Amino acid sequence: MPGVRSKGDLEGLRSEILMKRDPNKPYITLCSGTACRATGSDTVAAAIQNELEKQGLTEEVGVRRTGCHGFCERGPIIVIHPEEICYLNVTPEDVPEIIIKTIKGKEIIDRLLYTDSSTGERIVHERDIPFYKYQTRLVFGDNLRIDPTDIESYIAIGGYQALTKVLHEMTPEEVLEEVKKSNLRGRGGGGFPTGRKWETTKNAPGEPKYVIVNCDEGDPGAYMDRSIMEGNPHRVLEGLTIGAYAIGSHQGFVYVRQEYPLAVTNLGIAIEQAREYGFLGDDILGSGFEFDVKVHRGAGAFVSGESSALMNAIEGKVGEPRPKYVHTSESGVWNKPSNLNNVETWANVPLIIDKGAAWFNAIGTERSKGTKIFSLVGKVNNTGLVEVPMGTALRDVIYKIGGGIPGGKRFKGVQTGGPSGGIIPEEYLDSPVDFDELTKLGSMMGSGGMIVMDEDTCIVDIARYFVDFLCDESCGKCVPCREGLKRMREILDGIVAGKGREGDIELLEEIANVMKKASLCALGTTAANPVLSTIRYFGDEYEAHIKEKRCPALVCKELISYYIEPEKCIACLRCLKSCPEGAIEGEKRVIHVIDQTKCIKCGICFEVCPPKVGAVMMISGKPVPPPVPEAERVIERRGGERR
Amino acid sequence: MVEIDLNRVDEIIERYKGEEGVLIQLLLDIQSEFNWISREVIARISERMRIPKSQIYRIASFYKAMSLNPVGRHIIQVCLGTACQVRGAPKILDRTEENLKIKEGETTSDMRFSLRRVNCLGCCAMGPVVVVDGDYHGKITPAMVEEILEKYE
Ligand SMILES: Cc1cc2nc3c(=O)[nH]c(=O)nc-3n(C[C@H](O)[C@H](O)[C@H](O)COP(=O)(O)O)c2cc1C
Repeated sequence: MPGVRSKGDLEGLRSEILMKRDPNKPYITLCSGTACRATGSDTVAAAIQNELEKQGLTEEVGVRRTGCHGFCERGPIIVIHPEEICYLNVTPEDVPEIIIKTIKGKEIIDRLLYTDSSTGERIVHERDIPFYKYQTRLVFGDNLRIDPTDIESYIAIGGYQALTKVLHEMTPEEVLEEVKKSNLRGRGGGGFPTGRKWETTKNAPGEPKYVIVNCDEGDPGAYMDRSIMEGNPHRVLEGLTIGAYAIGSHQGFVYVRQEYPLAVTNLGIAIEQAREYGFLGDDILGSGFEFDVKVHRGAGAFVSGESSALMNAIEGKVGEPRPKYVHTSESGVWNKPSNLNNVETWANVPLIIDKGAAWFNAIGTERSKGTKIFSLVGKVNNTGLVEVPMGTALRDVIYKIGGGIPGGKRFKGVQTGGPSGGIIPEEYLDSPVDFDELTKLGSMMGSGGMIVMDEDTCIVDIARYFVDFLCDESCGKCVPCREGLKRMREILDGIVAGKGREGDIELLEEIANVMKKASLCALGTTAANPVLSTIRYFGDEYEAHIKEKRCPALVCKELISYYIEPEKCIACLRCLKSCPEGAIEGEKRVIHVIDQTKCIKCGICFEVCPPKVGAVMMISGKPVPPPVPEAERVIERRGGERR
Repeated sequence: MVEIDLNRVDEIIERYKGEEGVLIQLLLDIQSEFNWISREVIARISERMRIPKSQIYRIASFYKAMSLNPVGRHIIQVCLGTACQVRGAPKILDRTEENLKIKEGETTSDMRFSLRRVNCLGCCAMGPVVVVDGDYHGKITPAMVEEILEKYE
């Protein structure tokens, strides 16, 4: 493939690619992100190949494995073009029927379509499914349209147009000005204005300058960066190259975690192809601009995602933060000016150049422009990646797109901002989601994790979970963070174990204040947010744990007991047989009783007791009733009162 | 236990000759090939790359993805990302620990299983999730743990 040297070349190549395609040729796209691979996308792909061969259709039907479509709840997802028929939860067994009926017979298989749970209506097109209908997929939407391992499929949808425009029609200053005017703010957590950061690096003394992509994604509830990197790596590379041109950098790095093997692979392929086509290298698009990219795999440390720590990691050192009075934008990798942005931030750049800052400014709120991708997970019906304009109400995301809470349970709160964020209760569900609103609520945007919690989630346990996570991840370099987290964990461990004391809450707040003021990096300064926000909104749950030794959500192991209600037990032996400790005593037609001294509270008895019997229950905050007297334990076979 | 072939280690070292700041990348390559990094490997890298052993240990012990202990025949990863946490993952981890009589981060004495807790595997729709040797098991309940483990000899 000859390198692309000019705007004309790119246009020519694009029409050539499009010409080769027959718009009427049927083709199948199959979602092949990590989540869909976990649910069997690979076996579905093999089945498709197999069936096409069997039917002699390999020439007539195209297959494209795309990145994540976002609707992970219902993966693997297949879309059949040109009709754009969308099938969900596809298994290898469905494949022959799909090929014979839908591809050959042009007949729709109702069973595989999305069914609206309220109206019973079946929906044929992906875009009409409520999960997608209420989204604005500017950054993420192209995942459906391209094969991430084929640069031509990116070029076909207008890829690298923005880069061509920048290199041939704009000065670096004009590019910078456009990005500044767009008011794009960083998607990696802090929401720092991207244009201003670029400018700092551009103006900082010292050569060479570096531009860096942060794909460390350490937040344990977010996976949008991975899905962009897996599904559309060229978009990120294009944004990065545009940034490099504006800033005056000739060397880029992508920091991507090793735990994301598919992202690492697809990125590697993308870089190779970009070089081959002339989008990276010595003389990009014939403009004389020189830029190349190196991949640095991260080795799994949350703190290494912090900007100064990441610079250390790229240098091959331990990824610990540096003192913050030196900004990495001025002195980063090998003490050279280094501009770091998040994956999603970079992926927005080509869009802004293509469509203009004014267009971008029309989306979102006063101070947060554009869209944001969230990973909507936890106790929600439609788990998946969701992209909405800034300012969309939390309620719309959780209910309209997410389909609400499963199992008729009550909503309790939504956690945003990962380990640096907080939990927002029901009363603020109508708040618009943007950088400033979330901060006002004591949480933050963070990388975009949105974890929905219902009445069965214990808020104190979640606060403890985050503190425990951060305790493990704190690098230990500064005392407030290292010791503060340990002490907070101790106190919270005590509270969930029923050893909470009067004054614990005040002590937590005091430690939090010191950490906020005195920690070296944002890991420490924000680490108390999960605790503070939950004390603020869910103080009564802390009180219940501390004063009544009661866990209202029935989660905290030390505060609950399992108990078999004698009136309900049908003595079916199910729990008795599956108890790993042999802690349940009884026999056929003899009511079962849990020996509380042997019970390890694994919850298996609760799980295996048939729902319509429902004899096993959890008790918290009050004593377990004494076992039924021996004489009353035998169940008489009375005319079917108990089966 | 996977024996580490030092000749192979030399080959990996060779790939990075003359480059700056490559220690982490090098250790990751060794980790992904052998699943752990032995004392001998560290000595070899130190000698070949002229990097103090202490510096290599510091890196290998800092990063989660690197293991200084040999691993079992099967690696169990229990996801404790926030979404799985909310859906009851701690019970799954407890059950696995009780069943194998080891704690997370440890390996059974017969070298059959190594148990790890991991933060978010990015397939939250399946949560709680357990991955054994790359096979994903989704929507796990405590009662299912034993049956899953039995599949791996
Ligand atoms: C402990 C810690 C972990 C972080 N992890 C990440 C991460 O995984 N990905 C990311 O993009 N930013 C992360 N950040 C934020 C980065 O420091 C930095 O602000 C960001 O990458 C800048 O990009 P942006 O301006 O595009 O948001 C982290 C910050 C802290 C304090």
